[in-house]
Amino acid sequence: MLPNSALTDFSRDEVAAIREQFPILGESVNEHPLVYLDSAATSQRPQRVLDAERDYVLRRNSAVHRGAHTLAALATEEFEDARATVARFVGVRPDELIWTSNATEGLNLVAHAMADASLDPAADPRVRLQPGDEIVVTELEHHANLLPWQYLARRTGATLRYLPVDDEGVIQGIDEVIGERTRLVAFSHASNVLGSYSPAELIIARAREVGAITVLDACQSVPHGPVDFAALGVDFAVFSGHKMLGPTGIGALYGRFELLSALPPFLTGGSMITTVTMDRAEFLPPPQRFEAGTQRVSQAIALAEAVRFLEELGMDRVAAHDARLGARLADGLAAIPGVRVLGPSAGATRIGLAAFVLEGVHAHDVGHVLDERGIAIRVGHHCAQPLHRRLGLAASARASTYIYSTDDEVDAFLAGIAEAAEFFGVNP
Amino acid sequence: MSDLRHLYQELILDHSRNPHGYGLSTESPLRSHQVNPTCGDEITLAVVHDGTTVTAVQWEGQGCAISQSSASLLSTLLENRPLADVEPLVAEFREAIQSRGTIELDEDRFGDAIALNGVSKYVARVKCAILAWVALEDALTK
Repeated sequence: MLPNSALTDFSRDEVAAIREQFPILGESVNEHPLVYLDSAATSQRPQRVLDAERDYVLRRNSAVHRGAHTLAALATEEFEDARATVARFVGVRPDELIWTSNATEGLNLVAHAMADASLDPAADPRVRLQPGDEIVVTELEHHANLLPWQYLARRTGATLRYLPVDDEGVIQGIDEVIGERTRLVAFSHASNVLGSYSPAELIIARAREVGAITVLDACQSVPHGPVDFAALGVDFAVFSGHKMLGPTGIGALYGRFELLSALPPFLTGGSMITTVTMDRAEFLPPPQRFEAGTQRVSQAIALAEAVRFLEELGMDRVAAHDARLGARLADGLAAIPGVRVLGPSAGATRIGLAAFVLEGVHAHDVGHVLDERGIAIRVGHHCAQPLHRRLGLAASARASTYIYSTDDEVDAFLAGIAEAAEFFGVNP
Repeated sequence: MSDLRHLYQELILDHSRNPHGYGLSTESPLRSHQVNPTCGDEITLAVVHDGTTVTAVQWEGQGCAISQSSASLLSTLLENRPLADVEPLVAEFREAIQSRGTIELDEDRFGDAIALNGVSKYVARVKCAILAWVALEDALTK
């Protein structure tokens, strides 16, 4: 689902109208108008997403999936409507979409449920691992899509392997590393450091060939372009609400229904059972099986409103805007002497994100110069230490855009980097 | 540019480019490894003393100009200093650096390290400046 660059980006007026809906974009930071270029870490929220959440809380709030009074029934309906809206947005059935706190929890849910199944001889063999089995990740993963698989390998005796990346961060060795022993392949759809898309179709095709389960970290793809998990043919996928105009505390896990049905629960307790005795319990089918305890109702409703906002803009156009600003960022950075841009070279598709190094200057110092000008970027390892190590770095700086970002903001950022290079006396 | 100069004084840039005490040649067991998890900066610092006087503070690490220059200035400051001075110096440094610009380091006691005074106004950079000092404190407990 790569963005189609032929589709039209938003006009200047349209971006201005979008920005009107984000009050925070009118704020000043360090006596400069805020230039927010950290949306890959967390996006900003439009007024209407907060309004939707507040309206639910102030007028219809009650316990979902329990209680028979009218308000509880209405709240349940609204909660499930939100699930249907978000599920449709990513091309899947509502009963295949589980609410989680964030993408990290979704990945942990799969890893822990599989670890649990692996200890149970009666569990479905498709979700059981044992010594000799292999789990494959990639070298560019966010720690959230690495540590749960380290855990699963440790618990089951399976071996964790990885697809290496080359100097541009392109994933290598798909046919060599994914083989007959591979039982699960977990990888990012779009890299939070490189801004590039993974060859998802190739990885999924190879995984299917050897009968391995696929798990997609879609945190950086779902907010930025049209994504259809069913069409991709992936088995599990996760994404996070706060990176796509929604609140923190809500994310989602997609799972193919037959695999979800094969998994034991991750967390147990209220709202996920049919019959409970003092000795044992029987669990509801998915998605309720994986939603123990009180759910994040207002957050789910807010996320559905964020999805409607994005759908009204059109995800093709969101992708076009993102791709154009991503190219402007990367090309502009590459033109500054002493700057090394990470990831794909000029002209290659990237989301609205560019990580870079100013030779001889630590990312934190670069970030400070920008912060003084009210420009917010991310500095550090971006929760991807192995990738930075592979690229010979400890840290990098990263600017990332979204629907409300403008050419002027990108240019202000580039001017700030040029100034930082001059201030720290970068001699390329 | 003047705001930047307030934080990044020439002395800080000099120390970050040509750090003092860099390189761990000592076998001293008084050492500590510290990481700033938000940015990945790290330092390994070792202290050598003869029971009354600090003879060397050696370190290796990587990080921003503030964290590197702070380690370098700390190493310069403590060499040949009475061991008994270390604890109060660390306490005073911590108080000043966390004071949001209300307390300045005393030049008579801190020498060139007063170049770090500018850091205390920048909440996001306090952790950078304090990393080496935390390592020192920890190393002396070993």
